[in-house]
Amino acid sequence: MTTGVTAPTAVTLTDLSRRFGAVMALDGLSWQAPTGRVTAVLGPNGAGKTTAIECAVGLTRPTSGSVRVLGLDPLTSGADHRARVGVMLQTGGLPGGTKPMRLLEHLSRLYAEPADVGQTARRLGVDQFAGTTVRRLSGGQKQRLAFAAALLGRPEVLFLDEPAAGLDPHGRLDVWDLIEEQRDDGTTVVVTTHSFEEAERLADHLVIMSAGRAVVTGSLADVTREGSLEDVYFGLTRKGRA
Amino acid sequence: MTTTPRPRSAVAAGAAAAAPSRRVRAQARFEVGTLLRNGEQLLVSIVLPALALVGLAATSSPSLGEGRRIDLAVPSVLALAVISVAFTSQAIATAFDRRYGVLRYLGVTPLGRSGLLAAKVLATLAVELVQLVVIGGLGLALGWQPNIGGVGWALVFLLVGTWSFVALALLLAGTLRAEAVLAVANLLWVAFLVLGVIVPRTLLPGAASSVAAGLPSASLADGLRTALVDGRLNLPALLVVLGWAIVASALAARFFRFDD
Repeated sequence: MTTGVTAPTAVTLTDLSRRFGAVMALDGLSWQAPTGRVTAVLGPNGAGKTTAIECAVGLTRPTSGSVRVLGLDPLTSGADHRARVGVMLQTGGLPGGTKPMRLLEHLSRLYAEPADVGQTARRLGVDQFAGTTVRRLSGGQKQRLAFAAALLGRPEVLFLDEPAAGLDPHGRLDVWDLIEEQRDDGTTVVVTTHSFEEAERLADHLVIMSAGRAVVTGSLADVTREGSLEDVYFGLTRKGRA
Repeated sequence: MTTTPRPRSAVAAGAAAAAPSRRVRAQARFEVGTLLRNGEQLLVSIVLPALALVGLAATSSPSLGEGRRIDLAVPSVLALAVISVAFTSQAIATAFDRRYGVLRYLGVTPLGRSGLLAAKVLATLAVELVQLVVIGGLGLALGWQPNIGGVGWALVFLLVGTWSFVALALLLAGTLRAEAVLAVANLLWVAFLVLGVIVPRTLLPGAASSVAAGLPSASLADGLRTALVDGRLNLPALLVVLGWAIVASALAARFFRFDD
């Protein structure tokens, strides 16, 4: 399964389209996430970031185009592939009727060699609200728990859909530190965000999406050659919204 | 921002799924634990059937038919218990899991969608085992004398009945809005209850009796009564329950949607 040679890209989306009724959520989207790097996906609401992540984790079947994650199609790959991919969805999806530590302990049993549950929970401060039922957690606490859950399988690829949205500054810093740590361990991280600060701080590789397409991809230095990230972003995405 | 990625062979070796049976057992144990921690679910699946049995044993009406009352009451209450946990509880729990994205989320973990469905069946059987011990034990304490010759057929009915009602629960939970599932699953529980589960359908008025003959609920109860009272197989009842199981499974496989 895992070969000795590491492929240069861990995630490849090629000419991906996804139609929902009359809406083209993705319209010829192509980008790649280099192995062992942080790829930040920026784009306005409705640009198709979440749909792209859903295609990459096998939750949504693209209307056309191809998806490869660690060389496999996530729609047909099996449990071992899913074990190598950590996912934090924007919709959460964590069972509400249980307590955080019981949930993390349970999820860790789905992996052959999971991360240390207590340590992962402490890194994200989950131990501070361990006594609260999941459905009663605040938005930020749910985010932390979902991030901890995504790390349990010691993934090779980590998809994080707006991981820092709604977090207080301390929470954001915890999340950013963990993302950098994962990257330094060799994990490929794909993170969607609305925050220029987050993208500038974390991204080795940038993708800016607009209206279901990638309007620019490249290293942070490449993308910001002509101006600040903010200027480049607005210059490229305003047209897409019109 | 340009650190060289480290080789991760040591880490990669660790990132693989647990064995399929282990994943399914873990999820089943988690679901049973969640159910037994939830007051309402515990009430519906264990406490209410037990109370129904005590109530039937302590009264003489409604008539349950010819024979010792407790011998008729236990199989009837077992059927009710299966319907409560395999159908009503399962439909409502799955519908809200679907609403809150839990089914989607578990689908991207190593458990996967098929593992989740297998775990739900296993969890249902585990809760039924608890019901069997509680209701059977209570029945024996109240003087129940089951026909030992029919225990095998009773187990067949419990298994096929569980299959049938879990499939119906998933069909409902995977196609309707969560609120609609809550209403429909509870209404059907009441309808099943009065249409031949506790009071045998042969004692119901004509029209109700013929409707009940085609229901999986009345047929499950009839089958359990024939097995545990007379020690025989009720083949027509088994065919009805089996028919519902096959049709509901086919429809659920075709129409179940993991997304809300």
